[in-house]
Amino acid sequence: MAINWFKYSSPASFYVLAGRMIPWFSIAAIVLCAIGLYIGFFVAPTDFQQGEAYRIIFVHVPAAWMSMFLYVVMAMWSGIGLAFNTRLSSMVATAIAPTGAMFTFLALWTGALWGKPMWGAWWVWDARLTSELILLFLYIGFMSLQAAIDDPRRADKAGAMIALVGVINVPIIYFSVKWWNTLHQGATVSLTQSPKMATTMLTGMLIMSLACWAYAIAVVLMRTRAIILERERHTAWVGALPEVAR
Amino acid sequence: MKPRHRKLAVIASGVTALGVASILVLNAFQSNLVFFFSPSQVAANEAPVGRSFRIGGLVEEGSIRRMADGVTVNFVVTDTAKAIPVAYTGILPDLFKEGKGVVAQGKLTANGLFLADEVLAKHDENYMPPEAASALEQAEKARKTVMMQ
Repeated sequence: MAINWFKYSSPASFYVLAGRMIPWFSIAAIVLCAIGLYIGFFVAPTDFQQGEAYRIIFVHVPAAWMSMFLYVVMAMWSGIGLAFNTRLSSMVATAIAPTGAMFTFLALWTGALWGKPMWGAWWVWDARLTSELILLFLYIGFMSLQAAIDDPRRADKAGAMIALVGVINVPIIYFSVKWWNTLHQGATVSLTQSPKMATTMLTGMLIMSLACWAYAIAVVLMRTRAIILERERHTAWVGALPEVAR
Repeated sequence: MKPRHRKLAVIASGVTALGVASILVLNAFQSNLVFFFSPSQVAANEAPVGRSFRIGGLVEEGSIRRMADGVTVNFVVTDTAKAIPVAYTGILPDLFKEGKGVVAQGKLTANGLFLADEVLAKHDENYMPPEAASALEQAEKARKTVMMQ
């Protein structure tokens, strides 16, 4: 059975679809987070050099991965919105930004908490940390630029420019530990090499990553629905919604 | 100018601006975000002279000496090719150990001693339980013994 995907590029039908998907992703997020944190705190062994403090990895790495991944997804939807003038794409991009910024902040914050006991410093201006901070500024720039322009269609276009230009930063963050001498260590998990960590630790980290994915999808869908309602408030279909009709 | 040409010009200038911006950023990173210099780079005079910079490498095995005052530590930073003696007064991070990574910020004196005012530990990207680490260490020792025979 072929699914007509274009049907869901219309805000009206996407609104209903998103509403049906949100509970599933919310439940998945909660369950995966519980399993991941349990493995992280109780099952995974102590690390040979960092002791118990390494356990912050179960939040830090998934948050850092999501911060980069969400930026790419945001830029992609911005680009599609810009190129094809599809309303929904830009709305999704706008909905992703706060969650991406939250994960970026979380990665920086947990990194600081980890850096102090291990490295001996909350913050250093090395390439990895600095480029991740630039990512946070890009998210904030995207959101404030969109908030500063009243016409949503013009706001979408302006935001898309920031999002697309800023994409260059994502590979810089990812490869910074390879290209320059950094205090931040190299990648433990990568596509080209076998992971340099014990299997239980890796399992916990990957489950936490899935939890972050599910959370991000659920929250972005919720926010997209809110944006759809706001922007389409003058249309007949929004007026006919049972939750809107007065 | 036709509207289509204008659009093309806008896109072309946008792409050019993006390219120039990323080249400038990468260039700035290259010159300013060299977080530390290795002892070999210092020996090759690549490190800045007369101002503070960071050196990074491994703490040489058996090189840590605590001074009589109890807070001053002398050690040697090596990249296995060259080595630099370092003096530091202050609290060391927990991960500061012989044979492990270290980054020290400070100034190089005329007699080649590096006076550090900050010492950071640089750990690697490996995570494993202590038993696995000691098993690896045993295996490494066994391998070395076999090679020596």
